[in-house]
Amino acid sequence: MRRVYLDNNATTPVLPAVFEAMQAYFGEHFGNASSIHHHGQETRAAVERARESLAALLGCRASEIVFTSGGTEADNLAIAGLTGTGQHIISSTIEHHAVLNSCKHLEASGCEVSYVPVDGRGQVDPDDVRRALRPNTRLITIMMANNETGVLEPVEEIGKVAAEADVYFHTDAVQAAGKVLIDVKRIGCDLLSISGHKMNAPQGVGALYVRKGTSLRPMLHGGSHERSRRAGTENVPGIVALGRAAELAREAMARGDLEQMSQMRDRLERTILGEVESTGLNGQGAPRVPNTSSIYFDCIEGEALVIALDLKGLAVSTGAACSSGAIEPSHVLTAMGMPPERARGSLRFSLGKQNTPEDIEFALDLIPRTVVRLRELSPIYNKSATGY
Amino acid sequence: MSQTRTIAVAMSGGVDSSTVAAMLRAEGHNVVGLTMQLWNQRRLAGHEGMPEAVQGRCCSLDDVYDARRVAETIGIPYYVVNHEERFERDVVRPFVEQYLSGRTPIPCSLCNNHLKFDQLLIVAQQIGADALATGHYARVEFDDRLGRWLLKRPTDRSKDQTYFLFGLTQAQLSRTLFPLGGMMKPEVRQLAQQHGLALAQKPDSQEICFVPGGDYKKFLDAYLAEQGEALPDTAGELVTTDGQVVGEHGGIHNFTVGQRKGLGVATGSPLYVIQIKGDARQVVVGDQEELYSRTLRVHRTNLISVGDLQEPMRATVKIRHRHEGAPALIEKSGDDEILVTFDQPQRAVTPGQAAVFYADDVVVGGGWIA
Repeated sequence: MRRVYLDNNATTPVLPAVFEAMQAYFGEHFGNASSIHHHGQETRAAVERARESLAALLGCRASEIVFTSGGTEADNLAIAGLTGTGQHIISSTIEHHAVLNSCKHLEASGCEVSYVPVDGRGQVDPDDVRRALRPNTRLITIMMANNETGVLEPVEEIGKVAAEADVYFHTDAVQAAGKVLIDVKRIGCDLLSISGHKMNAPQGVGALYVRKGTSLRPMLHGGSHERSRRAGTENVPGIVALGRAAELAREAMARGDLEQMSQMRDRLERTILGEVESTGLNGQGAPRVPNTSSIYFDCIEGEALVIALDLKGLAVSTGAACSSGAIEPSHVLTAMGMPPERARGSLRFSLGKQNTPEDIEFALDLIPRTVVRLRELSPIYNKSATGY
Repeated sequence: MSQTRTIAVAMSGGVDSSTVAAMLRAEGHNVVGLTMQLWNQRRLAGHEGMPEAVQGRCCSLDDVYDARRVAETIGIPYYVVNHEERFERDVVRPFVEQYLSGRTPIPCSLCNNHLKFDQLLIVAQQIGADALATGHYARVEFDDRLGRWLLKRPTDRSKDQTYFLFGLTQAQLSRTLFPLGGMMKPEVRQLAQQHGLALAQKPDSQEICFVPGGDYKKFLDAYLAEQGEALPDTAGELVTTDGQVVGEHGGIHNFTVGQRKGLGVATGSPLYVIQIKGDARQVVVGDQEELYSRTLRVHRTNLISVGDLQEPMRATVKIRHRHEGAPALIEKSGDDEILVTFDQPQRAVTPGQAAVFYADDVVVGGGWIA
């Protein structure tokens, strides 16, 4: 069966060039980057080259990059590493669970957290952030691009609010990296998280930008790796892959590849909205990353649509998946003021570097007729159709 | 079943439904495994009397893991669908309310009617399946002469689950498969073994899936506490059948008709709960003989082998899952009400349970005991 993957916000395939770059670091160059000898020197050099590539992608110095096991660890390190009992954090209602549950955990140990709302388009108002400031505010953590809707948050304005108030600003840029230009100076952030597997590097590697001079408490205690900010022997193949993926992302952006991706996404989106009745775009009117479309289909259970499409070879998703693989109503869409039924009937389409115009046609051939069939069988849409 | 069909299998992570999936796959059908996520087993963790983590029961991560492993072993696509909201509304809430009004509910029947053969069957059709197969021990057949779908008792009488399935409509039965209906349980385990399923010897689940350890009283307390609701005060009097007050009780939800222990009254002869009067908060107690009744009425009826009960009919009537069934006359006694008159009085007719009517192997229909 032909299979088309439009769930690149969940994870992306490792690009062949990335895979090629990392392969040598499993066997041929296997040294511990902390070792004195030749083997260690080889891998140390590779890790530092990767750090420079990533720094170039983010517009920072190599020494400001801390490699982690992924986006979740980067978010946890940023938030827990800066805050403590009696301090105040400002976050938003649409953050990824890596941020939300880090905040919840800190609330249980004596931190105060304000969750600023978003408007109907899914954007935070920087003035709301300003108004949420308190004398004991230590950190603002608001994402750069939302994983479900692709909506870009006004991070530069939020960065100004943080700078004026002299509080730390962390942004989860996991869904932005490789999709939009990131310049930590323009954003004005002190910390920024990225994840390897969302940008064609493998799962299990990520990074946190930590602005020079930011005193971060480490979460893992051990050796003095990563300038004592993250103990543990480096995941050299993963780090090398992340570095290579960062280079490829920069090259792709310079070539204008994102423009092509954006055109494919727009064709997919416009055709679905035009051909299928009772649908709409989530985040309509807000700036978005070029690869993501979140669309609601009224009178549809999103999970049934995902299953029906998967059985025909198209991989897409609804909201966040819980540990059992079942679907919970999206906290992001409900935070945007969407009724739960409509949130449950929403699907996320997210494109990747490997997608072609043919993939989009495949999806467009499948989606409208699948939606029609589901609605025919839906007790809400047409009670008489099922007979019970 | 010679032609290839697309069949969804309701997989619980147990031996029966896993074997069904393996059998249908081996027959060459396109099989899709579905598990319903109905209740978050960790939801009430930490409440008094509730375990911290629940192992090995429906909707636990372990069971989803087992079902997923089976799907992977036999090579079928597998999905978990979330119906927690409907389950709470249509099964858990009514379960709690029935106990609080002095009845003894059967959540499994409600789940079959409202979830498995309603929501899940709709999902099955939506994803392109012609039918939904489950691991229930029952048979479903189309009778040409009657022009109706029939629900029949299975070969393995000790596993008969037809009592819980009396609410199935013709439309539901027409899209339902019970592949274990003609098999004995040991054969099923053997078949699971032959298909290489690691869970071939997994023990059967017996209790209500959302009530840990089977202690429904602790569940009621924990659920109501979680909902921020107080357990209604239904304490009242223990009275005899002739109206004499013989003691007090702490709440009607602690009692079930036929119960003997825990009445807290010492008398010469053993006392049983005869009736629970919800409105008056009275628990009526009496002798063993007073537990017997010849008639009962059911509401919210469903008829399967007949379209309507125009004439009174002889049937064997089961009044609880473990009841062997007793001969009776069933007749329509009102709009959506059937009167059951047993040949011999039956022990502990319990409001909230179902009465299911059989003609030999065939389920005629049933209803909820008023």
